[in-house]
Amino acid sequence: MSGLLRAPPATAACAHCGAPVGGGARFCCTGCEGAAALVAGLGLDAFYRRRDTADGTLRPAVDAPTVDFSAEVRGDGEAKTLELMVAGLTCGACVWLVEQALAAEPDVTHARVALSTRRLTVSWDGPAARANDFVALLARLGFRVAPWSPACLRATEDAEGRALIRALGIAAFGSMNVMMLSVAVWVGWDMGEATRAGLHWVAMLIALPVVLVAGMPLYRNAVAGLRAGRLNMDMAVSLGVLATTAMSVSETLRNGPYTWFDGATALLALLLAGRVLDRGARRRARQAVAELLALQEGSVTRLAEDGTAQAAPVGALRAGDRLLVSAGERLRLDATLDSAEALLDASATTGESLPRGFHAGEAMPAGAINMGAPFTARVTAAAADGSLAAMARLLERAEQARGRFVDIADRAVRFYVPVVHFVALATFLGWWLWLGVPWQQALVPAVAALIVTCPCGFAIAVPAVQAVAVGALFRRGVLVANGTALERLASADTAVLDKTGTLTEGRPTLLPGDWTEAQLRAAAGLARGSRHPLSRALAAACPEAAPVVALREVPGRGLVAGDAMLGSAAFLGIPGADAGLTLWFRDGAAAPVAFRFADRLRPDAADVVARLRALGLAPELLSGDAAPAVAAVAAQAGIARFAAGVAPEAKAARIEALRAEGHRPLMVGDGINDAAALALAHVSACPGDGTDLAQTASDLVLQGEGLSALPGAVATARQAQRIAAQNIGFSLAYNLVAVPLAITGIVTPLIAALVMASSSLIVIGNSLRAGRSSTWTA
Amino acid sequence: MDSLILLIPVALFLGALGLAAFLWTLRSGQYEDLDGAASRILFDDLPRPAANKEKPQ
Repeated sequence: MSGLLRAPPATAACAHCGAPVGGGARFCCTGCEGAAALVAGLGLDAFYRRRDTADGTLRPAVDAPTVDFSAEVRGDGEAKTLELMVAGLTCGACVWLVEQALAAEPDVTHARVALSTRRLTVSWDGPAARANDFVALLARLGFRVAPWSPACLRATEDAEGRALIRALGIAAFGSMNVMMLSVAVWVGWDMGEATRAGLHWVAMLIALPVVLVAGMPLYRNAVAGLRAGRLNMDMAVSLGVLATTAMSVSETLRNGPYTWFDGATALLALLLAGRVLDRGARRRARQAVAELLALQEGSVTRLAEDGTAQAAPVGALRAGDRLLVSAGERLRLDATLDSAEALLDASATTGESLPRGFHAGEAMPAGAINMGAPFTARVTAAAADGSLAAMARLLERAEQARGRFVDIADRAVRFYVPVVHFVALATFLGWWLWLGVPWQQALVPAVAALIVTCPCGFAIAVPAVQAVAVGALFRRGVLVANGTALERLASADTAVLDKTGTLTEGRPTLLPGDWTEAQLRAAAGLARGSRHPLSRALAAACPEAAPVVALREVPGRGLVAGDAMLGSAAFLGIPGADAGLTLWFRDGAAAPVAFRFADRLRPDAADVVARLRALGLAPELLSGDAAPAVAAVAAQAGIARFAAGVAPEAKAARIEALRAEGHRPLMVGDGINDAAALALAHVSACPGDGTDLAQTASDLVLQGEGLSALPGAVATARQAQRIAAQNIGFSLAYNLVAVPLAITGIVTPLIAALVMASSSLIVIGNSLRAGRSSTWTA
Repeated sequence: MDSLILLIPVALFLGALGLAAFLWTLRSGQYEDLDGAASRILFDDLPRPAANKEKPQ
């Protein structure tokens, strides 16, 4: 390629992960280079022609966490099986690559991935420890894995969803076969009465079991609603379907001219289809949340009496056990410090952005991250009794309170059902008593009124809009796990934001300083050899630096490679204390340079705040950090109202105060200290890299980096809400036309079917607009 | 109209056959990984060593 015609470097993409790379390089990092070599070595190059993943998702992690997977292996004797959750698995080519790469191992007998559930089942003959080799192989290819946890299973194994699909299949079969017979009756105006009666009998024989079996999910919900003292949508639908069927049976027995079996079965099929779609969209989101949570789970290192370290699941530890916490690891249990001192980043539990020093004997909160040297600690409470579990129980109670939220469809039904039933009763009484027809005949227009008013449009209006909107949000990385979350998001009027980890990145990033590019490159090369958080931040700032091989780490102090040293000021013999987060670097006799780090504002934070304000959400900043840091972030992000030094309880109290004033706050937070506030808020969101407690407490999880999807999600939720309201209004208007026809007794089954089908089609067509992307570009 | 006596049972039988097939696919877990099945069909399997492994030595 000539120098003149060279394409701008930004257009080049890494040959493995597809992330943009500069300087004409083929790979963005050494991890990708290794992965590509591995793929080529296995003869699986075809992967790159088929790959369809988001750019950068397949970049192998610089420092894959070392979890021992052999404890997860099942099976005895030679045959072993391991189940894993594979994150980053987004396309068929990835499935192919993973399966083929594992099958190439000589002892693997079976490897199969389910793309929908990201579940990998691998079987092999040999020792359980081989599990770690397979995990390492996947990590080198760029896939992050976690043990297949019970939470993953709960999110994917969906017995209720399967029952719905089964009911849908039965209803679809029934409605099509009944329709075949009904059409014969409609067009066969010249058929004899005996033939017509015969067709009605056959239709009844099909429709009765179908209505009984396929309607079960709806009837069950209706009964559950009644038990709780509520009229819900399913109640209205069940009544409509059962009344239609009952009257059709009576008409068949008396050899009447019309039956409505087609309407009853088609209505069931349509409603069940809406439910299945709605559930499918939400299940994908739930699954993705479970995936994020599974990646955070892990084992801890327990120190036995004789001082040997062994990996153990968190749940197995009891109070009094000794724990080894390595550099960069999260402390998962409440503990007191055994070592002389420790440096912990407690931002997730308190919101402080600067790490704090702890001394021997001091109590440390679960959830803090070790920023210094490895230390030993003594567990003070088992996982089930610790502070995290107490917080989780608190969240459950708050969740239940939120479960009482009544969505727009149910609000409409509460007013609609009594009116409709009154109209039907009045029709019956009017024909019977006033016009003097026999009561059997008077029942016909009354039930016809129930049929045409059966809230089909209503019942499909909201699930259809939800399915489309939740699906559109999912594609943009916003996971909506809660059924009423969109509606609550649409009505939020205040945005309460956390600072550390939400508006800021929540981890140290390199600040500009008086070092040269060459010094950065040399220092980053050293830093790649360490798992210390500051080293990782330095390595991340210069990913193209080649790792230094001959390296010695002095735990908690620094790194040495030949003449070059990287570490704390004391380690390099520089007088004066470290100010904040600093790494010093000296290469031979040259003067030492300082790399300073800080928790930086996310690049999109100010923009997100401005767009939220434009959407009418008044922004507010609540942080557990010290006042100067909070004020600085508030100024940069453009937030006028802020509070510093807010304890977790005070955050929750502030949310309750806002709600008491009549506001509907949207809480955005990522930490354990935000969880209570998240659960209490009208609606809540959490970044994808937030703590597991915050993610469980939130209605929405924003996958990927940053908050930029949040304003778009608010806009989509509002549009979905508008469309749902339109659909309901439209269904009501339709009834204003159809009900008089029914009351006067001129609704035939053909008219009823046309009314139902056309109104449902219009409602579904309108719902499809909820996924349009215009709300994302504004 | 005599044809109806034959045709309606035939139609219903075929329909019921379809329903039975659907219930069987549901029970045998064929709806568990729809995305995977959709993309898997496009890829040839390599003449992979796993095939040789299953053969007797």
